Amino acid sequence: MTPSGRKPRHLTTARVGLYGFLLISALFFLAPLYVMLVTSLKSMPEIRLGNILSLPQHPNFDAWFSAWSSACTGLNCNGIRVGFWNSVRILVPSVIVSIGVGAVTGYCLSFWRPRGAGVLFAMLLIAAFIPYQVFIYPLVRIFSTAGLNNSLAGIVIVHAIFGLPTMTLLFRNHFATLPIELFKAARVDGAGFWRIFWQIMLPMAVPILVVAVILQVTGIWNDFILGLVFAGRDNLPMTVQLNNVVNSTMGERTYNVDMAATLLTALVPLVVYFGSGRWFVRGIAAGAVKG
Amino acid sequence: MPMAGIRKQRIGSRIPAQLALLPAVLVALVVYVGATTWTVWISMTSSRMLPNSVFVGLRQYESLAENDRWSASVSNIVLFGVLFLAAALIVGFVLAVLIDQQVRAESLLRSVFLYPFSMSFIVTGLAWRWLLDPTLGIEKLLHDIGFAGAHFDWMVRPERVIYTLVLAAVWHASGLVMAIMLAGLRGVDPEIWKAAKIDGLPVWRTYISVIMPMLTGSFATAGVLLATSVVRLYDLVVAMSNGGPGISSEVPAKFVMDHLFERGNVGMATAAATSMLVTVAAVIAPWLYWQNHRKGAAT
Repeated sequence: MTPSGRKPRHLTTARVGLYGFLLISALFFLAPLYVMLVTSLKSMPEIRLGNILSLPQHPNFDAWFSAWSSACTGLNCNGIRVGFWNSVRILVPSVIVSIGVGAVTGYCLSFWRPRGAGVLFAMLLIAAFIPYQVFIYPLVRIFSTAGLNNSLAGIVIVHAIFGLPTMTLLFRNHFATLPIELFKAARVDGAGFWRIFWQIMLPMAVPILVVAVILQVTGIWNDFILGLVFAGRDNLPMTVQLNNVVNSTMGERTYNVDMAATLLTALVPLVVYFGSGRWFVRGIAAGAVKG
Repeated sequence: MPMAGIRKQRIGSRIPAQLALLPAVLVALVVYVGATTWTVWISMTSSRMLPNSVFVGLRQYESLAENDRWSASVSNIVLFGVLFLAAALIVGFVLAVLIDQQVRAESLLRSVFLYPFSMSFIVTGLAWRWLLDPTLGIEKLLHDIGFAGAHFDWMVRPERVIYTLVLAAVWHASGLVMAIMLAGLRGVDPEIWKAAKIDGLPVWRTYISVIMPMLTGSFATAGVLLATSVVRLYDLVVAMSNGGPGISSEVPAKFVMDHLFERGNVGMATAAATSMLVTVAAVIAPWLYWQNHRKGAAT
């Protein structure tokens, strides 16, 4: 990508104004992160005396330690780490299953085209837009009949179900750009369905696989509503636990611990975001159901 | 979606392909068709705490229409949706245009504008809730820097709380709009700029009357993405205001969840969910048609 706007001039008033505006915008976008960080490093008396922008006088990680290992949800005071590990246990199988199913479905729809593939594809495209609320009640009923409600397997299946449209579109759109001759040649050589998938298509789909992992890791980590409904008490993901810690505290609220817990919850997507650079943007663009 | 062309060959067995497609077919039949039908069906029964099969036509929708909480939810989401879409599109587009002026530290600025989008709505809501805290937040900051009489208590004012949600959501999503718009701007033919310059068109006029019409596709993509997140708006409200003060920041998705799981009124919850579905369909159907139409015309 090359900039396409007008040619840059030397330092004119307009240029100064441009940088000034961009700087102010950047400060606006960074402010919440900054405030969360300084708040989490202060003590409660300091929070009450100072203001949200002031730097901590005696910065310390006390709030981070209590957020991690002793913050309370109701009577349970084991810290946000419980939710963290729950989220990890949900995340790993959910990412693998949802990407696996999406990749195979996209591969089928691109190259094999069994009967009804067009209808299925249209349904997936439309389903990507339907609000969860339409599906939730019947799904809860189906899952409890099947004994999957409030279980790790249940929440993994739910993530696979709701990840299916985006993941399928992602892989289908990618496979559609590959030359069909590749597929035909493999068929003539006698390669079967799975052999073509594992040995030819998947290696050609590594970039899209990276995009899919980024999308699903951030998406599933940030999920709230599905975890709340389907994961069950013992598997509540970090976002749900965070909300319980902050919003159902009895007595005095400890803002420093709240903010430390919030930052801890944001850490995984932030690391993925800053670690993946332009891949994240690619992921959004690809996930944007480009039609 | 161009689907023709690739798929005419009929060589070998298709049975593995059909088996491999089974999960997707199951999801489509059980979830997309089955669950949707089930939800619509329950909404036409007299179900309360437990679902029953007593058909009552549209009576649930009538009581929904008379429900204050639902009317508040609907008017809130309309106000939120209009303001959020307008603000996020404008902020995102302006940021993209400014970044496209060959500025220094471009990739740093892009990262700064986009990072909020990587975080969850729960985190976003809690962060803004703390910033806007009526006693210790921005209001105290204003007092400390000399505006002793300043008030910034929108979080606790019923007629203002919805604007705080818009603020947080715009902060979360305008980086996404920026990324989409920037990609669109980079796709504009440099010749256009030369032509505009020769015609003596001022830069801002070129952006408004030449470039913006060329970015209709980018605006549509961003608009549809944002609109879907408006209908789904739930987590942000739960984290930030939990629908309060009173019912002043209730939204439809939360109405459904509360009536399903806390208030035990399955009939009304499914009627509300069906209303959401109909609204989404009314928005999405023309867009999908337009997309197909455009693709059809292009090929």
